[in-house]
Amino acid sequence: MVDVARHDIVIVGGGAAGLRAAIAVAEASPDLSVALVSKVYPMRCHTVSAEGGAAAVARADDSFEMHGYDTVKGSDFLADQDVIRYFVEEAPAELNRLEHWGCPWSRNDDGSVATRAFGGMTTKRTWFATDKVGFHMLHTLFQHSMRFDSVVRYDEYFATKLLVDGGVCRGVAALDIRTGEVSAILGRAVILATGGAGRIFPFTTNGMIKTGDGMALAYRAGVPLKDMEFVQYHPTGLPGTGILITEATRGEGGYLKNSEGERFLVERDYGVGTKAELGPRDMISRAIIQEIEAGRAFKGPYGEYLHLDLTHLGEELIDKRLPFVRELGRIYIGVDPVYEPIPIRPVVHYMMGGVDTDIDGATTLPGLYAAGEVACVSLNGANRLGSNSLTECLVFGARAGLVAVEFANGSSAGNEDALRAQADEERAHIDALRGRVKGGEKISQLRREMTSAMEDGCGVYRHQDTLRACVQSLAQLRGRVSDLRLEDASRVFNTELISALELINMIDVAEAVAISALDRKESRGAHTCREYTARDDQNYLYHTLCSFDPAGPRLGKKDVTLGTWEPEERKY
Amino acid sequence: MSDAKTMKLVITRFDPDVDAVPRTQEYEIPVQPDWKVLDAVNFIKDEVDGTLSHRWSCRMAVCGSCGMMVNGEPKLTCKVALSDYGDELLIEPLANFPVVRDLVVEMEGFMDKFKSVKPWIITAKEMAAEEGTNRQSPAELEVFKQFSMCINCMLCYSACPVVANEPEFLGPAAIALGHRYNMDSRDEGQAERNEIFRGEGTVFSCSYANECSEVCPKNVDPAAAVNQAKLNAVIDWATGLVIPRKGP
Ligand SMILES: Cc1cc2nc3c(=O)[nH]c(=O)nc-3n(C[C@H](O)[C@H](O)[C@H](O)COP(=O)(O)OP(=O)(O)OC[C@H]3O[C@@H](n4cnc5c(N)ncnc54)[C@H](O)[C@@H]3O)c2cc1C
Ligand code: FES
Repeated sequence: MVDVARHDIVIVGGGAAGLRAAIAVAEASPDLSVALVSKVYPMRCHTVSAEGGAAAVARADDSFEMHGYDTVKGSDFLADQDVIRYFVEEAPAELNRLEHWGCPWSRNDDGSVATRAFGGMTTKRTWFATDKVGFHMLHTLFQHSMRFDSVVRYDEYFATKLLVDGGVCRGVAALDIRTGEVSAILGRAVILATGGAGRIFPFTTNGMIKTGDGMALAYRAGVPLKDMEFVQYHPTGLPGTGILITEATRGEGGYLKNSEGERFLVERDYGVGTKAELGPRDMISRAIIQEIEAGRAFKGPYGEYLHLDLTHLGEELIDKRLPFVRELGRIYIGVDPVYEPIPIRPVVHYMMGGVDTDIDGATTLPGLYAAGEVACVSLNGANRLGSNSLTECLVFGARAGLVAVEFANGSSAGNEDALRAQADEERAHIDALRGRVKGGEKISQLRREMTSAMEDGCGVYRHQDTLRACVQSLAQLRGRVSDLRLEDASRVFNTELISALELINMIDVAEAVAISALDRKESRGAHTCREYTARDDQNYLYHTLCSFDPAGPRLGKKDVTLGTWEPEERKY
Repeated sequence: MSDAKTMKLVITRFDPDVDAVPRTQEYEIPVQPDWKVLDAVNFIKDEVDGTLSHRWSCRMAVCGSCGMMVNGEPKLTCKVALSDYGDELLIEPLANFPVVRDLVVEMEGFMDKFKSVKPWIITAKEMAAEEGTNRQSPAELEVFKQFSMCINCMLCYSACPVVANEPEFLGPAAIALGHRYNMDSRDEGQAERNEIFRGEGTVFSCSYANECSEVCPKNVDPAAAVNQAKLNAVIDWATGLVIPRKGP
């Protein structure tokens, strides 16, 4: 029988959202025990790589109304407007808290926090700590969380299944990566904060760990995934590695140029108007693809690319505001941006979709909450504005934590035997997978097939026929993944086993993305169909829901909450 | 890119379930000219030998996961180019840490040290979130900024001769972290941390070898932090006073 650990709140994920939720619980109810389960040590999780900044109204020339309007327009009117209002109003207090907890925000000469311009934002409202914002926010949150003894960490534990009893989520089965033992980590409420799923694509800014595990866990437990078709391509990734060059480069005045040396966003009409390089990401990524298709791109070993030119900004500004970009350029592409333009191409960056939640982070499964990139609380709609998501992790991480406390206080612990039995079953399943030499399929091969299907079907521009082919390939892969061949039979730190579990999760998530995309026959935000080029509010102003079914995903709809801003043509 | 070149990687293997002591295994693999050392290890894992275990995630030198000994020196493997080396490469787990499996080392001791310096803002009166932010001048930020850049990759522990002899030594990264908070104009916890720093196996155990700063992939200069922390701990003790750095 598996071991059982008892807590009050179980949080899966130690990134910005999970840590913020843990701190919220610990501050509000020091007597509640929090389990913080994470497959990597918290300072390793991918929040660490965020570069550019976190948005919140800070200046006299700004307002909640403006931040809200920018966000809803950026979302192509698919965001829920009550969520946006709550978000913009809470954002400043959340970033203030980070400041009180020690975040080394960059400063103005008078000692106030500095802000910079970002894509799709009408004024400077992006707080920053040079260009290592995620790193500093994460370390601040992690270090601050250490002062709370009620937060018990399960570092390098991989959650594999939600444990549900009496229709209520009451814990997770998790594999201790170091020992290979599965245990049941139980609580009276569970919060998923497992981050995004960029690794379902071959070319992404996301780290290796971003495999959509939490999305898959919720999905298989019957919770719908929402708006999965909306995948953000960031305009500026390094060819080859996909390493991000932050939008802050353009916020600080950088230019995008084609092979003719032309600032195409200024010279040609791509709908971004005077925003030029600071247009929203979906539009700029499309513009880059069109430039490439028009033959105004450079050719390289990793495909065609354009230039991000910072050479006019000068060494002093680059060293002061963008030191990490300089380091990344030099190390990963051999270009010093002080002297030469940086080669870039659009790269998969962020999942607007995720586990369907309401404004509290509550899912359709009682006792289960989700926050951060794993969730779709519907702040970002069809296209996220850069620098909103770090703040989203804080605002909705905190709220999910507090609402989970309320739920836990009114809820029982559930039937331990029943929950343990589910974890026992999970252990048997994992034991059978570990070192399964009788299988015929190789992990790296299936991963390659999955990612290339996604790249072909779910790119910046989508065609109905390639999308259909993508859906078919994924359905096949879902079958083939049950015949994986694993060579490593060791129980100790078996990373092959983890890769297999991640691949299984990714295929489920990828299928949800592709099926949702095929169903939306319009172009909105990041979802652009070659055959259906216009936004169609008449027929498609709704959230897509994708639910698990053993026979294949099922689709449904959910209303968009309007009320403050009327949908209008999205022109800048 | 295809520029057929092969390379030999000699990698330490250890599975406590099977091996009494670590052994080495050789892999001859095709490599690309623009690969980092980590790319080669990942290639082995994905295509040649699924049983090899190592940690990595961000592949952009910021998550701190991928430290290993490369030809005897602690390196962040996603940052160092394969082309900096010859045709053969020796890859071992980070020195001065117990090994869990293959290239994976035990981190719990490090995490305990990390927490022991109270790496959080200590202040008598906490501000409410609605009250806005503290003022901190760019100059005040500069005082501690460098020491806040540590990615916890633990390379400095592998390089440190004191850690090698005295595994309990608090070590460069943890001292730099405590010092980072001590130097932050928003913090009032200096006295508490200096008390810790005056304890056994902390700042005064440092032998000024400076190896930590030499291997740091982020130019944090932990050696400078240790020296400054030492001085502060002494001054604090000598004056016998706790001077709050913030007004009342
Ligand atoms: C390169 C890059 C730059 C970015 N820059 C910005 C920016 O400037 N501004 C902005 O607002 N946003 C930015 N973003 C987006 C933003 O960083 C992310 O959306 C956000 O950090 C996600 O945080 P999270 O807490 O939801 O998840 P993560 O930080 O990804 O954390 C997920 C956590 O879940 C854990 N986990 C996952 N699966 C499991 C499992 N099965 N079992 C146990 N634990 C598990 C992981 O260990 C990890 O601790 C950027 C993203 C990238 C990739
Ligand atoms: S993989 Fe993150 S630092 Fe190397």
